[in-house]
Amino acid sequence: MTTQTLISGFGGQGVLFAGKFLAFKGLVEDKEVSWLPSYGPEMRGGTASCGVILSDEPVGSPIVSNPDVLIAMNLPSLDRYENDTVSGGSIFVDSTLVSRKVNRDDVKAFYIPATQMAIDAGVPTLANMILIGKMIKETGIFSFDDMIDTVKKLVPAKKQELVEKNMLALEAGYNYKD
Amino acid sequence: MAEKVLMKGNEAIAEAAIKAGCRHYFGYPITPQTEIAAYMAKRMPKVDGVFLQAESEVSAINMVYGVAGAGFRVMTSSSSPGISLKQEGISYIAGADLPALIVNVQRGGPGLGGIQPSQSDYFQATKGGGHGDYRLIVLAPASVQEMADLTIKAFDLSDKYRVPAMLLADGTMGQMMEPVALPDVEPVQVEKPWAVRGTKMERKHNIINSLYLKPDVLEKVNFERYERYKTIEENEVMYEEYMMDDAEYCVVAFGIAARVAKNAVVAARKEGIKVGLIRPITLWPFPTEVLDKAADKVKGFVSVELSMGQMIEDVKLATKCKKPVTLCNRSGGMIPTPEQVLESIKNLAKENK
Repeated sequence: MTTQTLISGFGGQGVLFAGKFLAFKGLVEDKEVSWLPSYGPEMRGGTASCGVILSDEPVGSPIVSNPDVLIAMNLPSLDRYENDTVSGGSIFVDSTLVSRKVNRDDVKAFYIPATQMAIDAGVPTLANMILIGKMIKETGIFSFDDMIDTVKKLVPAKKQELVEKNMLALEAGYNYKD
Repeated sequence: MAEKVLMKGNEAIAEAAIKAGCRHYFGYPITPQTEIAAYMAKRMPKVDGVFLQAESEVSAINMVYGVAGAGFRVMTSSSSPGISLKQEGISYIAGADLPALIVNVQRGGPGLGGIQPSQSDYFQATKGGGHGDYRLIVLAPASVQEMADLTIKAFDLSDKYRVPAMLLADGTMGQMMEPVALPDVEPVQVEKPWAVRGTKMERKHNIINSLYLKPDVLEKVNFERYERYKTIEENEVMYEEYMMDDAEYCVVAFGIAARVAKNAVVAARKEGIKVGLIRPITLWPFPTEVLDKAADKVKGFVSVELSMGQMIEDVKLATKCKKPVTLCNRSGGMIPTPEQVLESIKNLAKENK
């Protein structure tokens, strides 16, 4: 079983961190993983993205050109990658920032007002983790147990107060029903 | 084996170098390898090492020359345009028979080119980018684990043969994260009686030099050096074979291209095409013998490269053109998709039944 995930949004939305979280959780779960960011001038202002591959077998190409799961944190990301998503795949949209719907009917589409939810929950920078929470729920790629261990590992030692906030966001996404 | 951690390829190179006993790093920032310098800036002071951001690449490589002459493990890293700037120094280091590690995390060229991944410095790395008769030991990692392992290997080989080594990676390998277990090895200690470290008035002083004004002397030095190169060619070739046992067609690719090619090989097998992959890990010495043998068995080769076709020349030489060799490539920072490679395999199979 191999799951290719593409997370895309504006630079600063935590796209790379969200991907890193998935990769880290994959490592904890003993999966083969790869994490590849877009890098370069498009990081500033434009679309930043990263591809994460989680697999039971060694990862071949780390490049995610046809994702099983697309997490679109802004409109340009949905416009750019919607048609690349594999048939039968899933698209998670931050519906606070993206007003349009997914045009395809051969993918599962989920709309989460993640940015608004993050603001309401007092964690305005963690819309990314809300989307990851929902993605974990809907894809069943990981169990939600022991999630806090991964969060603790990923958050720098000096910023452990962020562990609780990340967990709050993950849980909010996991429990959200659209 | 140590616990697996998630690391960027660039960081894995830096940490592995420290594990290998490298305590001197000289560099100058350039995308996509700057994480190496950043990591060294953070780590070196903690292990009593030296991190120095030089005023230019030319300066950095000459600092490497100096420390290598003193007999310490030393490295520099850069990306394509920066590596071009270092070529004079690399030629001097090779001419003075000094061990050192030069890391090239390649980006698209020529000129300033772009910042996306490329393999178009293959010629420069394997055929001598600087002047004169010399070789570099060139290692091409295809995973973050290999970024670490081959860095250590490069230091060991370089010390063993007194030949500078190059780690030839690309932007993808540098930027991607994968689990990596950093081996807990004790650095191989090589006696360096030639090093310039002060005589304590107890011996005749050593000289590090690449200038030989008498042509017969220079010729002798060059011939002797090529004897050493011959030993390296005989003993240090590294490659990976994948699904080659019953293969009728053979893909040749290194680094990131080999990762993409592996997906294509698996896909082609599913369609009933018996294809395998030979992945050179050392680009010099090139796995000539294994390719030559494969040419007696398979019906054709595809060279997959992120360049306009450079390694393909070595594939043709190695196989003595016994079988057709086609090219599947992208350039300028683009990466072939598994589908493109699969298409090339299918075309090869169709035209060489």
